[in-house]
This record gives sequence, C-alpha cells and structure tokens, in this order.
Amino acid sequence: MVDHVNELVLPGEILTKFNESEKTQKALLGPGLRQEDGDIIVSKPGILKFREPNVYWVDSFQKRYIPTKSDTVIGIVTAKAGDIFRVDIGGSDQATLSFLAFEGATKRNRPDVKVGDLVYAKLLVANKDMEPELVCIDSGGKNDGLGVIGREGGFMINTSINLVRKLLSAECELFKTLGKNLQFEVAVGVNGRIWVKSRSVSQTIAVVNAIEASEFMTNAQIKTMCKKLADTLAGF
Amino acid sequence: MMDSDEHREDRLRQMTCQLGQMLRPDGDTTLFMGDTCATVAVYGPGEVKMNKELLDKATVEVVYRSKSGLPGCAEKMIERLICNTYQTAILTQLHPRSSVSLTIQEIQNSGSFLACCINASCLALLDASVSMKFLVAAVSCIIDNDGNIVLDPNRKQEKTARSSLTFVFDNKDKKIVTINAKGDYRIEELNRCLALCKEASVAIFDFYRESMKKKLSKSMNTLKGDPES
Repeated sequence: MVDHVNELVLPGEILTKFNESEKTQKALLGPGLRQEDGDIIVSKPGILKFREPNVYWVDSFQKRYIPTKSDTVIGIVTAKAGDIFRVDIGGSDQATLSFLAFEGATKRNRPDVKVGDLVYAKLLVANKDMEPELVCIDSGGKNDGLGVIGREGGFMINTSINLVRKLLSAECELFKTLGKNLQFEVAVGVNGRIWVKSRSVSQTIAVVNAIEASEFMTNAQIKTMCKKLADTLAGF
Repeated sequence: MMDSDEHREDRLRQMTCQLGQMLRPDGDTTLFMGDTCATVAVYGPGEVKMNKELLDKATVEVVYRSKSGLPGCAEKMIERLICNTYQTAILTQLHPRSSVSLTIQEIQNSGSFLACCINASCLALLDASVSMKFLVAAVSCIIDNDGNIVLDPNRKQEKTARSSLTFVFDNKDKKIVTINAKGDYRIEELNRCLALCKEASVAIFDFYRESMKKKLSKSMNTLKGDPES
C-alpha cells in the first residue's frame, strides 16, 4: 500500500510501494501519475486515490476541461463551415460536429442548428494530437437525449469539473432530493457546464444556486439545504 | 509602502498567499514574500495563436505587467527567464498545439522580486492543476560589500549589494533549474550562496504544500464527513 493514499500529493513526488495485482504483478496508474525511468512520479497536484485491487489516480481540482473520449459535454456552436459545425466545448481546441451526426439527418434533410445554439453531445474522438469530434447520436442512430438544447429557454452555468463529477457520481443525491419538490430539466456536461430549465425563472435560479452551493456539501447537508429551499420557494 | 521588513540574514521573509480569487482564469494566486507581492493568473491548456503553435508540445507564454509604464527590456528579461523556467517544469508534451499562458502583475516590489514572481507562478500553476514534471522554488540572495550573504533581501539591501543572485530549484532532485546573477562574485561565494539558497528552498516547497492543503481541505472534509463515499 502506498503511504500517501487519500493524502495530498504534488508534482515531482516519487511514489513507491504500490499494491500490485496478484496475477499480473501490475498496478494501474490513472490521471496525474507518470512513469519515468522506473519511478512513479506525480504530475498533478491533488489527492491520491486508490481502488481495490491495484488502481491509483490523482483527484485534482481543475477548472479547465481536457477532452476525453466518450464524455458527454455541453458545447456552444460557434460557426457553420460547409458540412460541419464548430463547437466550443471549453477545451484547448474547438470541436467539430458533422451535420450528419444528428438523429434522422440526411444530406438533404439538414438538422436545424444555428450559431449560438447549445448542443449536448458525446465525444467520439478525443486525442491530444487531433481535433475533438462530437456526435449527437449513438451507434444505433438514435439521439439518446443528445442534440440541440435550450431552444425554449433555460440557463447554462459554468462550474468546476469536480462539481460535475460529484453530481454525476452515483452517491450524490442532489438531483434526487431537489426533484422531490421542484420540477426541472437538467443537462450536465463533463466539461463543467450545466444547463437547467425549470417552470419559472425564480425556480431555475433556485436550482442553479442549489447546484453551485452543493460543491463541498455532504449528502446530509444537501438534504437539509433542499428542504430549506423548498420551504422558501413555497413561501414559508 | 516603506521597506518595513526586518533585516534577517539567514531566513526567508514571511510568506502568505491566496489561491483562486479570480473568476476567469483557470488558476491564480497572489503571493506575498514579506512586503514583496505579485499576482499571477494562469490560462491553459488553451487555444494558441497560429504563429506560436508548436506541433509537438504546448507553448508557454509569459506576460509581465509592471505597476506603471510600458514594458521595456527589463520586463522582457523577466518574461523570458520565467518562460524558460516553466518550459522545463511543465509537461508541455501532454498538450501539443495549445498554450499555457501566465500573466504576472507586479503589486509591490520590496526586493527579491524575481523570486516572488517565479514562486507565485508555480502556485498559480498548482491552482490550475497543470501537469508538471516537478515544482520549482526560487530563492534570492545578495552579497554585500563586506562579503556577507543576505537571503531574501529587501529593496534597501538589494540597492547596496555588490551582487545579487537568484536560484531556482526543482523539488525532485533539488537540482538547479535557473540561475540569474548580477554583479561580481567569486566562485566560492557562488557556492556558498547556492548552498544557502538550496537549504532555504525547502521552506518554499513546504509552503506550497501547506497552501494546497488549505485549498483542498474543503473537499477533503466532505470526503471524511460523508460515510457513503
């Protein structure tokens, strides 16, 4: 067992004593860890995490999104260029989105996408050497909830990537608890963008505030907050 | 502001910092080393200008802004020095065709300013979680006319110095990354300065750790408080 699990590690630190799998004598290294001349060196500041039997990674706090394959993200269409759209997904490069990558789209039947639209899309190609490519359909050609969002209103916020990861994890009960008292639609992109639409502007603001406030809350605290919020909205 | 810093010969001045105060940058810090203060904002890895694009690695851009006036030779020198330092420290090959840009704002120069800029940049990069090979820490010292070495000098001491030196070390092998020297000195003096500064750099690395711990304490606390995760 590495001594530093669940502790802060900083770039340049050399880690030793990894748990190896019994079969292959290997340890799996995730983001933030690198091998250099036989040493395992930390490359990102954060908390070292470990999962049985042999997986290690660094959980770091980051605002900037780095595209990863099969992530679902919220992008803003910035340009139309021939048969592709350019989409800003918050990474270092603009992503491309083919107009054929929508449900039911054909060469003749173009999807209705305008510059400035929000798209909820999946990353098909994400590679440090290549432009990221988005799609709004799954392998069966269905949209699966992806596509243009926010045409009928709604509100998008930018948050930290850690908050998004927390919201999407199975343990987080924010949306479940919020949904008991409020009706809303939400799209969470792993690139730190969250889109919310509710019945009224005040309700949307309430949901957005709840999301932003929940970043460093435990599930118990989230439940208390949601209760308070529901009471306030009901007028108590 | 006056140079109110105490004259200490063998120790660094008090350091304090604030991380993540600004909304727009991906990481930022305001670092005080005594009365000397600099603010650094980091953007990246982000989009790069066509003419600065490198095919196999990220471009490191440094912009230095002084309190007033147009940037001149001295400012460009600081930019170049910090740029070269961080080109070695940042894992640029992980993000080809992108840029990591550092903007340094002078707040108060009360001596050892270059060291403060470099250390503030490192903290800002930590705040932005940019991948790095190692951390760096800069320590300044001067040799006065009697041949005494003063660590982390203030403005007054710097003015009367025979020579002033700034060393940058990495935290992996404690090797030298950058040296910037002004004035004349003997080889044995250089070695003495080097040994002193290397010793002092440990305090800066400890300070980085404490600052990051403070920053991450919030999320670490939620981890501990939540029995389900």
